[in-house]
Amino acid sequence: MATIAATAPRARRIRRALGRHPVGLLFVLPYAAFLVLVYAYPLGLAVYMSFYDYFFAAPGAVVERPFVGFDNYTTAFGDAIFLESLGNVVTFLVINVPLTVALSLVLATALNAKLPLRGFFRTAYYIPYVTASVAVIGVWLWLFSDTGLVNSALGPVAPAPPWLVNEFWAMPMIAFFATWKQLGFYVVLYLAALQNIPSDLYDAASVDGAGALKSFRHVTVPGVRPATTLVVILSTIVGANFFTEPYLLTGGGGPNNSSVSPVLHMYRRGIEQGDAGYAAAIGVLLAIGVIVISMVNRFILERD
Amino acid sequence: MLTHKKRFTKRGRVTAAGLLLLLVAAACGGEEAADPQQAAEATGPIKIWYSNNPEEIAWGEKIVKQWNADNPDEEVTGQEIPAGETSEEVIQAAISAGNAPCLVYNTAPAAVPQFQKQGGLVNLSDFPDADSYIEERTGADAAQYQSPEGGYYQMPWKTNPVMIFYNKKIFEQAGLDAENPPLTTHDEFLETGQTLIDEGGVEAAIWPAPTSEFFQSWFDFYPLFIAETGGTPLVEDGQAQFASDAGLQVADFWSQIYENGLAKKEAYNGDAFGEEKSAMAIVGPWAIAVYGESIDWGVVPVPTADGTPPEETFTFSDEKSVGMYSACENRGTAWEFLKESTSEANDGALLDATGQMPTRPNLTDTFSDYFDKNPEYTPFAEQANRLQEVPVVENSIEMWQTFRDSYSQSVIFGKQSPDDAFPEAADQIESLVSEG
Repeated sequence: MATIAATAPRARRIRRALGRHPVGLLFVLPYAAFLVLVYAYPLGLAVYMSFYDYFFAAPGAVVERPFVGFDNYTTAFGDAIFLESLGNVVTFLVINVPLTVALSLVLATALNAKLPLRGFFRTAYYIPYVTASVAVIGVWLWLFSDTGLVNSALGPVAPAPPWLVNEFWAMPMIAFFATWKQLGFYVVLYLAALQNIPSDLYDAASVDGAGALKSFRHVTVPGVRPATTLVVILSTIVGANFFTEPYLLTGGGGPNNSSVSPVLHMYRRGIEQGDAGYAAAIGVLLAIGVIVISMVNRFILERD
Repeated sequence: MLTHKKRFTKRGRVTAAGLLLLLVAAACGGEEAADPQQAAEATGPIKIWYSNNPEEIAWGEKIVKQWNADNPDEEVTGQEIPAGETSEEVIQAAISAGNAPCLVYNTAPAAVPQFQKQGGLVNLSDFPDADSYIEERTGADAAQYQSPEGGYYQMPWKTNPVMIFYNKKIFEQAGLDAENPPLTTHDEFLETGQTLIDEGGVEAAIWPAPTSEFFQSWFDFYPLFIAETGGTPLVEDGQAQFASDAGLQVADFWSQIYENGLAKKEAYNGDAFGEEKSAMAIVGPWAIAVYGESIDWGVVPVPTADGTPPEETFTFSDEKSVGMYSACENRGTAWEFLKESTSEANDGALLDATGQMPTRPNLTDTFSDYFDKNPEYTPFAEQANRLQEVPVVENSIEMWQTFRDSYSQSVIFGKQSPDDAFPEAADQIESLVSEG
């Protein structure tokens, strides 16, 4: 009797843990395993590494990787290049995120209207997004070089030194490039959101005397607010992790590290220079920063 | 019913347990390495990687085929080094994964200290005949490739002595003597450069990459610094050498090059010398095969402040070594294959196939037939007698990045005087190299 009495609560606990549809766990399992292996494990490893003088070693090699506590973190806050890279991220986000939201919403609204050649334009805006960065960077290098098309057109008002080796312009150019490159993706997000706004709302606004601009402001903008939250958060996350642009467009974060990004700095320190523990600390700090910014964005954008 | 607080606590516990599990899992792992003593004598199949340019692939395939015909029980499988941003990254990843091949015929000396620290390299000095073989083949320069504790973690293999390559047609167009160009002293070089810009119709007299990668200094500042000092490395006995008068003289030379617009501050998106946008380039003998047919070229040693006779001028070696990697199980075979592939006959085959210089003394005597048939390679072979390598020191890559950042800031972009920037960089570098 005592055994039966003890078994009953245990069975209830198991049933409660498995939920009402235990088979659902089986369906979730592959993705959960993927999540653990591809995201959670590397994240855990990065946190672990950041507290050690860690470097990658051959399997079985006897190497010393002592525990250093918060040393890697304190070093990061005294590292001029890392601090400069944080400033560069801020510059990048200040230009890239508002520009992305504004341009993609305006373009999506235009592409949602019954325009001639609408299919062509929708494809045209999406092409940079699906084209390899290396290829389009080649075009930008040609456009913005000293003797490139843009400087030829600008003539005497062209900046000197030219755009991509100019300490003032290098970061904004990277932000403009990233905005242009990613725009197609965000336009698609907004197009999907626009198609969910009931046409009755536009009809009602029209009856109330609203013109195109007022309809856009009072119907479209609030109607796509969830998409705007998504676009802001995604562009912040993607933007804070930029790497290819300074690596290729400005020749390794130049000039004078004025376009170096935290991820490029991580790559140099962790991969090129073998200081993986320090690179991991930068990665952890960057992840924390991005999470905080995204939470603030979400709080601001989703409040009524 | 669980309260919100209790649910949170439960979720928090699960998350914390998961994180702990991940940290424990992350801290563990790794395969067993080959037992060094057993592996040193073991023979059997091995894998090797060589560079991915067509000439070296042809040489590598030929050597492997020849070996396999003579040693059917110790088969060698050769392949190009897998594609990556740089060879060093690919090798580093292979070391960490434990699947590096036995030998890599494209190991940069600057990366060797890092690979050694990772436990990725075999100390060749552990083979009884290695030191004598390396020192006999390489000559006095062998010492430049020893680790600070004295072992050989790399076998010096081939060099690409860096010299000034110039376009004779552009020099003639500018009214300059294309057979004996005035490029011996810094002043001559600057004057010639200005003439090339004014009269030669080029965008730049010379166009080294002004970008921030750590290795770019090997092709602008470093060869001229070596020439100026008669063969002094960037760091010697733990002391940075570049903040000296000689280093600052070279920095001043390059500063003037950039200030006067003789070189561009932005990288050329293509091949500036090959497309005749610049009249000169700092290159090794590989350039003969690349530009030989399209450009009427000449070659001179790098300039010094007061001018140095060619037969006394030193330069940067741009050497590549062969590394034996610790994942190798049949090191006995690997060592024998390494010796075979660097024999006089196979070095001759390398020279013949690629035009790159085996790291041997007196190349013009050893391979006189080749240089009689290919006299255009002779200046590089003679230059190969006076070479300096990158220093084999701890934190080598970080050291070069520190130097590059300082050079870029002061010399290329003129934000700070080299007189101030170089001593600061020297202090940082001395601290870095002493960390080991």
